[in-house]
Amino acid sequence: MAEIHLKSLAHSYSENPSGPDDYAIRHLDHVWEKGGAYALLGPSGCGKSTMLNIISGLLQPSEGDVLFDGKRVNELSPRDRNIAQVFQFPVIYDSMTVFQNLAFPLKNTGVPSSQINAKVHEIAEILEIEGELHKKAKNLSADQKQKVSMGRGLVRGDVSAILFDEPLTVIDPQLKWKLRRKLKQIHEQFDITMVYVTHDQLEASTFADKIAVMYGGQIVQFGTPTELFEQPNHTFVGYFIGSPGMNLIEVQRCPRGVCFGSTVIPLSAQQVEVLQRVHSNNIKIGIRPEFIQASDVSADDTFEAEVRDVEDLGTYKIMTIKLDFETLKVRLTEDQHFEIGNHVQLSFPEKWLKLYVDEFLVEEKDQ
Amino acid sequence: MNKVPNNRAWWLVLPVFILVAFSALIPLMTVVNYSVQDIFGPGQGYWVGTEWFKEILGNERLQDSLLRQFAFSGAVLAIQIPLGISVALMMPKSGIKASLCLILLAIPLLIPWNVVGTIWQIFGRGDIGLFGWGLNSLGVDYNYTGDTVDAWLTVLLMDVWHWTPLVALLCYSGLRAIPEAFYQAAEIDRASRWAVFRYIQLPRLKSVLVIAVLLRFMDSFMIYTEPFVLTGGGPGSSTTFLSQTLTTMAIGQFDIGRAAAFSLIYFLVVLLVSWLFFTAITHLDKEK
Repeated sequence: MAEIHLKSLAHSYSENPSGPDDYAIRHLDHVWEKGGAYALLGPSGCGKSTMLNIISGLLQPSEGDVLFDGKRVNELSPRDRNIAQVFQFPVIYDSMTVFQNLAFPLKNTGVPSSQINAKVHEIAEILEIEGELHKKAKNLSADQKQKVSMGRGLVRGDVSAILFDEPLTVIDPQLKWKLRRKLKQIHEQFDITMVYVTHDQLEASTFADKIAVMYGGQIVQFGTPTELFEQPNHTFVGYFIGSPGMNLIEVQRCPRGVCFGSTVIPLSAQQVEVLQRVHSNNIKIGIRPEFIQASDVSADDTFEAEVRDVEDLGTYKIMTIKLDFETLKVRLTEDQHFEIGNHVQLSFPEKWLKLYVDEFLVEEKDQ
Repeated sequence: MNKVPNNRAWWLVLPVFILVAFSALIPLMTVVNYSVQDIFGPGQGYWVGTEWFKEILGNERLQDSLLRQFAFSGAVLAIQIPLGISVALMMPKSGIKASLCLILLAIPLLIPWNVVGTIWQIFGRGDIGLFGWGLNSLGVDYNYTGDTVDAWLTVLLMDVWHWTPLVALLCYSGLRAIPEAFYQAAEIDRASRWAVFRYIQLPRLKSVLVIAVLLRFMDSFMIYTEPFVLTGGGPGSSTTFLSQTLTTMAIGQFDIGRAAAFSLIYFLVVLLVSWLFFTAITHLDKEK
């Protein structure tokens, strides 16, 4: 077990990077604390796997340091970092049985065979592949192969960390859920630092205590699932987390607030003050579909919009509305009814209305 | 849909049948025909039954050259397969160096057999050949025309030089087909270099090695031109392999009946050993 500190890390796959676009990871500072269960969430190509490979040592970062418990390990090979990694697609040793596959990482470091035996059986039991132990690994189904792949990581009790690179991609949805629970249990049982890479927010929030959201080679927010939902630090987090994502509207400065089209949205005095200080014209407001209140009754703070579509998703409804020229999504409960083509009154509670300048959240200090 | 049986469709098989007949069946049956007759001249053949076969199997000259042949093929496989694998493992993975290695390896394969024989015939000479002269001036008593061991070693060396590249190229292609993820997983699992070879590379080379072993066995078992040019089968008959014995019999002595029986036995031996190899290697897995 170790605390993993990534210090001003940057990585480029090209020999002579000429601009920020050449970097897969850009000036990243981050600490994965000892014994935590973390998820690294982001879209494909945002640098998640690159970061994982840098932590495990399969890749040398072009700039910056990787520190394990404060010690620089940049030059150490994965072998010396004592780290386990599970890949997206199952990697199994074809010529060996399942038992031999699981025993392989232990055998390589000369663990006595009685200990190997006990450990392999323990992990096989957790992963429910005890019955397959003496089968040839190459005759297994894809999800069993992936279990074996994971097992090879879990069998080593003394690792600094276990890294998972989208390990459940090839697995059926039913089993996916079960295996995720298994991993969580294993984490609770052995207390190993685990980093789990995924592009699926549900997977991230069921596995991890804290999620790092990665975008464009940077970690844009690191927090609990609730924090990511209620207080997205970056427009990307707002958009990526939640289904559907946050409503984001490009706005201009107006007296006492911001406006788009003919709609004026009042802001708190503090937010107005911040807006006066910054020079950027890239201003957005964001509010989650869950927090927009819709009703038939007009009031001082409501805006009139037109209902464009209502989708019934079984336990809730998603209503698409048009406010000026902007299309917004609103989440409704099953007992709220609005007709397509009719008008609806919306209000944006101040607490949930977020202000973004240059894509980053403007924090409110008193909160 | 209504299916109409039409036996004329069998005519469509005719082209293949003709092709196979001309390429394999007719020549082979001609040999079978000769092997059961004693032929004095055109139209003067007499039925002798299995007499030639009995005689050939009891022939000491033939038994000797069959043993020599097995020894030679065994040595060829024992040297060329491990050597070819090692060469393939040491080759660079990509870039200009890899291309250069591939070209260098391919050169011996492009040289005609009798040219290879001639090259080594001159190369090994004590007076003007660099190899022979070099050994002699180092104090080694080397003379492939007079010494049995020297002759054997030279023929073997020549074959290794000529054909190891084939094994190496086959293995190289097999190695390149192993996904990078396997090496990464092995590194994460802290596997030693030997374990990577034993548990990742070797199992995945199996299919190309089957091809390499079969090709090298068949080719070395039928070797003719190179030793014929290099040593002429000598000294004595120490490097006279099966096909040379056969040629001497068929063309030198014009003993067509005996040569035909010999050819058939020769063919059956190659077939049998190849089948044994193939079955043994492909069943290696299932026995465990």
